Amino acid sequence: MSQISIKGVKKSYLKTPVIHGVDVEIEAGEFVVILGPSGCGKSTLLRMIAGLEDITAGEIAIGGKVVNQLEPRERGCAMVFQNYALYPHMTVRQNIGYSLKVAKVPRVERDARVMKVAQSVSLETFLDRRPGELSGGQRQRVAMARAMVREPKVFLFDEPFSNLDAKLRVAMRAEVRRLHRDLGVTSVFVTHDQTEAMTLADKLIIMNAGNVEQIGKPTEVYNNPASRFVADFIGSPAMNLFEGEFDADGHFVHGQGGKMNVSQLNGVRQPGKKVVLGVRPESVRRTHAETHGAIAAVVDYVEELGASRLIHADANGSRIVALDTDTAEIKSGTRVHLSLEADALHLFSVENGRRIAH
Amino acid sequence: MIERSPVFDFLTYLAMAIGAFLVVIPFWITLVAGSQSLQEVSQVPISLMPSSHLWENLSAAWARADLGPKMLNSLIVAVGVTVGKITLASLSAFAIVFFNFRGRMISFWLIFITLMLPLEVRIVPTYAIAANALLPFQVILDTLGISWLVNAVSGIQVTLNWNLLNSYTGLILPLVATATGTFLYRQFFMTIPDELVEASKMDGARPIEFFFDVLLPLSRTNMLALATIMFVSSWNQYLWPLLITTDRANFGTVVMQLKALIPAQNGTPDWNVTMAGALIIMLPPLLVVAFMQRWFVRGLISRDK
Ligand SMILES: Nc1ncnc2c1ncn2[C@@H]1O[C@H](COP(=O)(O)OP(=O)(O)OP(=O)(O)O)[C@@H](O)[C@H]1O
Ligand SMILES: [Mg+2]
Repeated sequence: MSQISIKGVKKSYLKTPVIHGVDVEIEAGEFVVILGPSGCGKSTLLRMIAGLEDITAGEIAIGGKVVNQLEPRERGCAMVFQNYALYPHMTVRQNIGYSLKVAKVPRVERDARVMKVAQSVSLETFLDRRPGELSGGQRQRVAMARAMVREPKVFLFDEPFSNLDAKLRVAMRAEVRRLHRDLGVTSVFVTHDQTEAMTLADKLIIMNAGNVEQIGKPTEVYNNPASRFVADFIGSPAMNLFEGEFDADGHFVHGQGGKMNVSQLNGVRQPGKKVVLGVRPESVRRTHAETHGAIAAVVDYVEELGASRLIHADANGSRIVALDTDTAEIKSGTRVHLSLEADALHLFSVENGRRIAH
Repeated sequence: MIERSPVFDFLTYLAMAIGAFLVVIPFWITLVAGSQSLQEVSQVPISLMPSSHLWENLSAAWARADLGPKMLNSLIVAVGVTVGKITLASLSAFAIVFFNFRGRMISFWLIFITLMLPLEVRIVPTYAIAANALLPFQVILDTLGISWLVNAVSGIQVTLNWNLLNSYTGLILPLVATATGTFLYRQFFMTIPDELVEASKMDGARPIEFFFDVLLPLSRTNMLALATIMFVSSWNQYLWPLLITTDRANFGTVVMQLKALIPAQNGTPDWNVTMAGALIIMLPPLLVVAFMQRWFVRGLISRDK
């Protein structure tokens, strides 16, 4: 039995639908990340699990019990908020211990539990400070300790690190991973940062405009994006996507008559059918003119990344980006030849954006 | 906007000095007159230098206006009204801001509209209610014919009566409702971030726990500022106590006693005693303001987070 079961959940504000029907099963102990662009409904979905938002239609069950009508306090979830949401007038100790105080846990036990949790996030020396006297990273740790102290069935995180600087974010990410490993509590984590999502998730839920686009392991989502949206959204630099069609010889025609030899896609080459062809920059190699199926392109500009670089080039009117590890210098305007790695091509329908199996 | 130039500085200080002078001068005259003897105070022109009879004038005023018990009455009323106002205002603002019930906006506007109906305007109906606080229910029963029915069936005449005249309840209750206070609280509560409300929900706090553990501590400075204003204004109430207390000896307040201190038409013109009495009467609000002014300014101007 899964820990959280979301069935046909919809949400409308007044008459505006913002979530159009989500079905997700989350297993006990799993770390699930909901990823999607701003405004796609991630927070709304999370808040419906938490009980902070009414569920317009569908059903959410936690631990086998339908919680649609339950108050947040009856659902056994703890939440970490984006802006920490610490009580400004309470000390760190009181902040962490507030849920226990409300639950009438005796003082001695409360203090012991607060201490234990504070130690696990290295806050024991800050217990008597107020949130205003802490740095952003410390506040975030207080927020996490506050969630942990209740020993909830489920942790919910709503973009908890988006106010932290890049370095701290990486450190907090590692901390969350460690805590999850130690405590094994089912966690749902909302973010729009894909690196965060990829590194944290056991299971990734990609959302777009109120719909779930794909659910899967991070590698699965990366290697087999289920839709054009996911292909475009996941991966940095973004996947090259070409709109075009197959000609009678089985070549893929794109841009202003550019042709690609894509014999890999043997099974699905219907002449005249409009499709979107996708290939990740790291699967685009520089090669020689003689190579079979090489695409001629003119270098637009080069982005140095240190160990590698991104070549932005124009191939018959289509923009193509290649990740290049060669050290030889290339100037813009140079003519290069690129080849697409076999097995690295993705095909999507133009009409609905879904993946076309091949 | 901060402007810095000698001329501008000078003008600013001049304006402030004139303002301070205008505010202080009546107090000074009261103090001076209160410290003079009958001969000194009757001189024309009046001397603006204090004299040495302050203590005897204070004692005379204290005795003449029976200020001891009256002070206590005033204190009870002012504290009662202040506490009542703050309790009522914070609770009603809590309901209006944090609960999504039907008629919430209507409730707010109903409260807000009473800003236009100060006590002076509604004094006659308020008095009628104070004379019999159950009158509205009596009217309802009469109109619905229930009293007639009860009378016809059991022969009992239904007369509800709860007289508030000459009681602390009567002095306090009608002054407790405050649109200003509710409005101030509402404005403050609306600055509380939603996340804080949600965090407390997730922590398992019920609304009333959220109110006491989070809202009240956060609104402490606002509350003290409001308390100061309310204390001073209820201490200074004149019309309502005058109307509702016929038993002056037991329920009179000090502000009503000011009248008793004014020299009679053909009596000794001992304005020095009157002024000394005024000094005593204005002392408590002055002390409260002096004591609270740090909070007062903070609560009304900035927000200490
Ligand atoms: N209280 C509300 N009333 C009306 N519409 C709302 C309300 N809250 C959210 N929405 C709408 O619902 C949609 C989803 O919002 P949501 O906050 O879930 O987005 P999100 O995916 O969390 O975005 P972000 O990454 O920016 O936080 C948005 O289009 C938003 O405008
Ligand atoms: Mg959000």
